[in-house]
Amino acid sequence: MTLKDTQPGMVVRIDALGESALKQRLMTMGLIPGTRVEILNSAPFGDPIALRLRSYNLAMRRDDAASIQVTQLK
Amino acid sequence: MAAISVALTGNPNTGKSTIFNELTGARQKIGNWPGVTVDKKVGLVEYKGRKISVVDLPGTYSINARSQEEQVVSDYFAENKPDIVVNIIDASNISRNLFLTVQLMENGIPLILNLNMMDEAERRGIRINEQKLEEIFGMPVTNTVGRSNKSVKLLLDVFTNTRMANYQPSEIFQQHLARVNQIKASGQPQEKIDEEIITARYDFIDKVMDAAVTINAADKGLTEKLDSYLANGVSSLIIMLVAFYLLFQIAFEWIGQPLADMLGEFFEETVAPWAAEAMASAGVAEWMQSLVSDGIIVGVGSVLSFVPLIFTLFFFLSFLDGTGYMARVAFVMDPIMRRVGLTGKGIMPLIMGYGCGVPAIMGARALDTHKDRMISILITPFLTCSAKVPIISLFAVMFFPDNAANVIFALYFVGIATAILMAKVLGGTAFKGRQSTFLLELPPYRMPDMKTVLLETWDKGKGYLIKAGTIIFAMSVAIWFLSNFNSDGMTEEMNESYLAGIGSAAATIFAPQGFDTWEAGAAVVTGVLAKEAVVTTIGILYGADEDAVDTDDAEGTANVLMATGMATAFTPLAALAFMVFTQLYSPCVTALGTIKKEAQSWKWMAFAFLYTCAVAWVASMLVYQVGRLLGF
Repeated sequence: MTLKDTQPGMVVRIDALGESALKQRLMTMGLIPGTRVEILNSAPFGDPIALRLRSYNLAMRRDDAASIQVTQLK
Repeated sequence: MAAISVALTGNPNTGKSTIFNELTGARQKIGNWPGVTVDKKVGLVEYKGRKISVVDLPGTYSINARSQEEQVVSDYFAENKPDIVVNIIDASNISRNLFLTVQLMENGIPLILNLNMMDEAERRGIRINEQKLEEIFGMPVTNTVGRSNKSVKLLLDVFTNTRMANYQPSEIFQQHLARVNQIKASGQPQEKIDEEIITARYDFIDKVMDAAVTINAADKGLTEKLDSYLANGVSSLIIMLVAFYLLFQIAFEWIGQPLADMLGEFFEETVAPWAAEAMASAGVAEWMQSLVSDGIIVGVGSVLSFVPLIFTLFFFLSFLDGTGYMARVAFVMDPIMRRVGLTGKGIMPLIMGYGCGVPAIMGARALDTHKDRMISILITPFLTCSAKVPIISLFAVMFFPDNAANVIFALYFVGIATAILMAKVLGGTAFKGRQSTFLLELPPYRMPDMKTVLLETWDKGKGYLIKAGTIIFAMSVAIWFLSNFNSDGMTEEMNESYLAGIGSAAATIFAPQGFDTWEAGAAVVTGVLAKEAVVTTIGILYGADEDAVDTDDAEGTANVLMATGMATAFTPLAALAFMVFTQLYSPCVTALGTIKKEAQSWKWMAFAFLYTCAVAWVASMLVYQVGRLLGF
């Protein structure tokens, strides 16, 4: 499953980041394999999504989240 | 002793600017870093007899030169060796904030770590062992609570007393450094190396977190609770629209407009008569009296009347930005903006464009990519700025008395539709490139620091004042000259002036639009100076008494003008074409000057002028010709 397919309320762990133009920016923002991510809420029509990781909140589009492999924890 | 040089660095949303403002107050200078549109803020402090110069580097998440801001910071450290670098950290968000810290340390930059927002971190159940942090990083660690004066004094003490040489990185950091060097020497492709280094940094940060930070995860914070309303689903969009409606209502109708009216009245009833009397009694030449009264005072007065509006709007936007709500606006609007090829961050400049194009164009600098910035700048002129409102209200009331509100609404729609269409066209031609992305931190909601809000308001407003003041002053003199002179010298009859000549020349290209009169041509030309001038020019040229033309009172002005030749000079269809043209054509000179500055190119300024005129010409021709075919 990828981060794209998650819904608000879920908690996931990042397994891997696929290749994308955004990869290094995502990693710099703390999206590293092993990081715990909570999906908080979403914009109108469900996209983009707001995430909580490393004690801060980050918004990203679902398309950009598609390259991030995750495992659901909750 | 020489001044101590201090640089402040840190992530966005850490309260860095607030600390800078507390340190330097009004004694700061704001300029530009060479070659980019990133603010450079420098201030001077005196403390215990020592001069301290402080530079506020732009907020960045890293120094990888992926954005203008990151480029500025990495260039700064490549070229400068400040005595002290303070890395300001949002203590409630310490893990990601430390990424920049580690990267700076790898580059051998000696740091002081300042944990800001300690109160907020405690509320969040985050406890930081500062002693431990000092040990691990081998650097002085201080803490502040944002905007307390005590904190700032403490920082100044640190600046003057700290001996950076006393600190040495710990064993555990040396190990991290060794690992980074190993990765660099591994001979893998650069991309792979960069990624492994990022991972290594977070590995190190996780060790630091384990050793020095405990997090007793509290329940959902206030921010998350608020966001479940303010940034969640379609209802958040409705809340946002209501919020902005109220904001504009308050900024324009309640505060800005009354102040503007007072200022306008002061100019008309106090300054102008006083100047006229003073000049008359001093025996100043008549042409000079005319220049001062009709040219300079009228022209500069019209700009000054905008100042309260601009300052009020900037104040509210700075305040909202300080609360963290602006990031939510971008979040909520992204689904809509994405369909136009832009991103949620692009909504703010566009919203401002309904007030005035100048701050809107300046606001585009906050966007991520060159493509987003340029498209935003180039579509802003199509929006209905407050100066265009008098034109469409006057013409709507005069020529469509039964449907005025609908016509006005339709023109707003023409503006936004053209902007969207041109965003698509520009995105597919001149600025072709990959789809823009949207990655945005949603900072915690906070009470903004008033000092920072006021300084920001003043800084942005001052820029408008100076630019508008100089350009409009020069143009007022030029227009006065053109409308009062011809080749024989000064003339009483405006229809024999240079302006009439220029107006007739301009009018020849408006035959397909049905408004090829020299009066309309002249109004279009003066409208480039300032959009308010369109109504003023039309009024004066059709022989209305100058005082009867009130840009705020469309109905009254329309009644006066109905009695003049204007009523028959335009057919309703030609009037509609004229409205569409003035809605879309060239930005005013102040906006053009701003485009030149923000795009850093005369070429793009010329393009903005020519392509908006072309679009306006075609659109207004379509209105007139199609209207005729339909039998209007």
